[in-house]
Amino acid sequence: MIEDMSLLSIITFLPLFGAACIILLVRGTEAEVAENSRWVALWTSGVTFLLSLGIWIGFDPSRADFQFVERVDWLPEYNIAYHMGVDGISLFFVLLSTFLTPLCVLASWDAIKSRVREYMVAFMVLETMMVGMFCALDYVLFYVFFEGVLIPMFLIIGIWGGPRRIYAAFKFFLYTLLGSVLMLVALLAMYLHAGTTDIPTLMNTTFPESWQIWLFLALLASFAVKVPMWPVHTWLPDAHVEAPTAGSVILAGVLLKMGAYGFLRFSLPMLPEASAQMADIIFVLSIIAVIYTSLVALAQEDMKKLIAYSSVAHMGFVTAGIFAMTQQAVEGAIYQMLSHGIVSGALFLCVGVVYDRLHTREIGRYGGLANNMPKYALVFMLFMMASVGLPGTSGFVGEFLVMLGVFKVNTLVALLIATGVILGAVYMLFLYRRVVFGKLEKADVKAMLDLNPREMAVFAPLVIVVLWMGIYPSSFLDPIHASVDNLITQYEAALAAADGVSVAAR
Amino acid sequence: MIDLPMMLPALPELILALLAMGLLMYGVFARGDRSASCTWAAVYGIVVAGAVVAMGGEGRAEAFYGQFVTDDFTRFAKLLVLGASGATLLMARRWMVSEGIARFEFPVLMLLTTVGMMLMVSANDLISMYLGLELQSLALYVLATVQRDNLRATEAGLKYFVLGALASGVMLYGASLVYGFAGTTSFTGIAEAVAGGDPHVGVVVGLVFVLSGLAFKVSAAPFHMWTPDVYEGAPTPVTALFAVAPKVAALSLFLRVALEPFGALAADWQQVIWIIAMLSMVIGAFAALAQENIKRLMAYSSIGHMGYALVGLTAGTPEGVRGVLVYLAIYLFMNVGAFAVILAMRQQGRAVEGIKDLAGLGRTHPLMALAMGIFMFSMAGIPPLAGFFAKFYVFMAAVDAGLIWLAVIGVLTSVVSAFYYLRIVKVMYFDEPLESLDPVGSMALRVVMSVSAAVILLFIAMPGWILSQAEIAAGALLAG
Repeated sequence: MIEDMSLLSIITFLPLFGAACIILLVRGTEAEVAENSRWVALWTSGVTFLLSLGIWIGFDPSRADFQFVERVDWLPEYNIAYHMGVDGISLFFVLLSTFLTPLCVLASWDAIKSRVREYMVAFMVLETMMVGMFCALDYVLFYVFFEGVLIPMFLIIGIWGGPRRIYAAFKFFLYTLLGSVLMLVALLAMYLHAGTTDIPTLMNTTFPESWQIWLFLALLASFAVKVPMWPVHTWLPDAHVEAPTAGSVILAGVLLKMGAYGFLRFSLPMLPEASAQMADIIFVLSIIAVIYTSLVALAQEDMKKLIAYSSVAHMGFVTAGIFAMTQQAVEGAIYQMLSHGIVSGALFLCVGVVYDRLHTREIGRYGGLANNMPKYALVFMLFMMASVGLPGTSGFVGEFLVMLGVFKVNTLVALLIATGVILGAVYMLFLYRRVVFGKLEKADVKAMLDLNPREMAVFAPLVIVVLWMGIYPSSFLDPIHASVDNLITQYEAALAAADGVSVAAR
Repeated sequence: MIDLPMMLPALPELILALLAMGLLMYGVFARGDRSASCTWAAVYGIVVAGAVVAMGGEGRAEAFYGQFVTDDFTRFAKLLVLGASGATLLMARRWMVSEGIARFEFPVLMLLTTVGMMLMVSANDLISMYLGLELQSLALYVLATVQRDNLRATEAGLKYFVLGALASGVMLYGASLVYGFAGTTSFTGIAEAVAGGDPHVGVVVGLVFVLSGLAFKVSAAPFHMWTPDVYEGAPTPVTALFAVAPKVAALSLFLRVALEPFGALAADWQQVIWIIAMLSMVIGAFAALAQENIKRLMAYSSIGHMGYALVGLTAGTPEGVRGVLVYLAIYLFMNVGAFAVILAMRQQGRAVEGIKDLAGLGRTHPLMALAMGIFMFSMAGIPPLAGFFAKFYVFMAAVDAGLIWLAVIGVLTSVVSAFYYLRIVKVMYFDEPLESLDPVGSMALRVVMSVSAAVILLFIAMPGWILSQAEIAAGALLAG
């Protein structure tokens, strides 16, 4: 029954409707406008989240195909349709987006004081783009959402960001755009080969082997920047540091997942032979990302920068897991992405809490917060442990599965990646020690107040989800299972077929 | 004896030409303020001409012994030309009054150049092509200097005249070569003469000269040098005209010349246009990076856009032509809208045109900044705005025709050009206001801004309509 309600479209476009309401209906003095915009944004994103729970409830975990499918002709001349649907791979990313957005609105409640109306509009538009991207089953539609994200994010970083916001906003935009346009050319080439941009159809299309490498490289250019993979990660620390707290949360929580999602949705199923050939290169890049950026994180003096580099390292796990192409590794990669989405988002919120009070992100300016901010210290510790991958938290499940899966394929890669866990523990604990422990001696730090009720309301759902994902992962892994199984079966079948062809050719 | 029914396909042109002459008479002999009444009469005339074009019968019709042709392609292009001219005329009014140069000659010259453009679109013979081109150009030379006490404007007009005359000469020389070796000036005749695909080298040389002249008119690189100076020097409403209507007309003529008389020589002109398109995209992207004057910036931007549109022509396929037409339609809305914003840039009654003058527009004029932001993101080709689809169609045609490298160069230059479009957004939204702009007084500007922004923003909801219109138009051109 839920299938018929075009639920995905409602979830996708409800935030846009909220944005229109904020623009058109909110009137009054500046303070009234700000207050009403906040409430409209909170209600819209809250209702969107509740509706999105409907897809989880109505989702049939035993099926591997796309569910809640909607299809309307959009550009019939080109055989391009408005085609939406979710499978096990995209389901939780939709939920992640709708879950984080209301929290971001709430986290920005007091932190954003100027141009609140525009800020909330930008966030609502951003939510539409994110959800639409994960639901899109047409390549052109996907591309529209994928790039559309850039506009609100550019404005969020550029208007409400820190001192170097303009540099960061431009770097973010142009880096990502440069990658994406190459994907556009690949998209056109794929369309002209297959005659359609329908993703499920493209998944069943076999592209000539000579094309596959080029197409793969074009897609890699786009997705690697988004993930971000070493060496094209340099936009990320800048964007993270300069973005307002909520912007960093969405950036780390959802936008980084777009690249890895792209690998799972396009590269692997559509270009299996090229993926198999390129897997080693991806492994090398992933290992470098894990080890090198962990070491870089260790040397950071800026809290946000440290967490930004840790994101690159964690995404290294994800790319390694995806290209290992075993059931555990891919599921682990997806799980790691979800966990990282929650945990890194939460860590940025933790930074935001102290930043709102002291207006600096320099690690050395803090110290001894455990004494005057015990609740904060507890929350921060939980997310820090989850980031390190302590058993019982969400971080453990993903890293464990990835390492297990990768170990089966390549022991050396698994070994090197495992060092990332140790390095992760080092830099996170080092950060935690310097900020939370030690002597409380600075006067302005002493004056800082513990979490207020609004902040606790922001953190409570995140704490619950992190523990839930750590203690009972099945409720998240079960819906993922069938789709990943299907992905791998198809992938191996395609490789076997290609091998057969090349053997026959000999 | 003049055969009246034979002239019927040219009815819209006749209406406008007669109206222009009538208004000239009225302007000379009447007393009092004639500029307002002339402007409104010209706007109504353009609307009537547009209605006549739109209601014109289906299929192909010829007039003046085959010199003049109308078909679905000319209807599409003429509606764009008329729309651009009409919008410019409306937007110009208030600006001209504020600058104290609201003369009645302005609408008259606008009408004459519009007639010239429509003639270009309908030309079916080298003679009528040249006639239309010159009528259009001569009126534009004068329009560029309409602010005759302004040194920059007169310099721009003179520069445009000298270079334009040179281009016309080159083109005429090419046309004479083509005539000499093909033995006819009629497009249909030339098509028959070169049908074998192995023409005399003189025809090819002539073709290259003709294409160079046309490239000058669309301000495609390497014939673009005049564009920034003329754009900057001319009064802003005239720049707004330069940016759209003549480009549409010249590019339509470009399409017809390349595909109809010389369709059989596609292999010869494709390599020429490949280079022109590539250079235009590259120069449009890189040269604009350092501009401080928004009109100069728009000049380079239009060079780049012409490059993208020519990518569709390079493909030479029905999809390519369709892509070019859709590109032109979207280009029209983006540019008319952006120029509405530029025309609205006044500080304490004085027109300003520095990019920095837009600083803080997001705070002082939120709606105007929003509209300009939409135009800029659209010109950069970012989805979900219309500009993305414009590029999407031409690149698709290019990839389809095997021009992968041209498409790759195109998308890469679009990233470079995104930088300067973003810079305008940055100035409007990220910078603090320095000196606020005046409120937008003109109703016409506000309407044009809002309508253009709405079209660009909502294009994604129904991209099919304009596509099917363009498809019909492209079909007419390639069938002939």
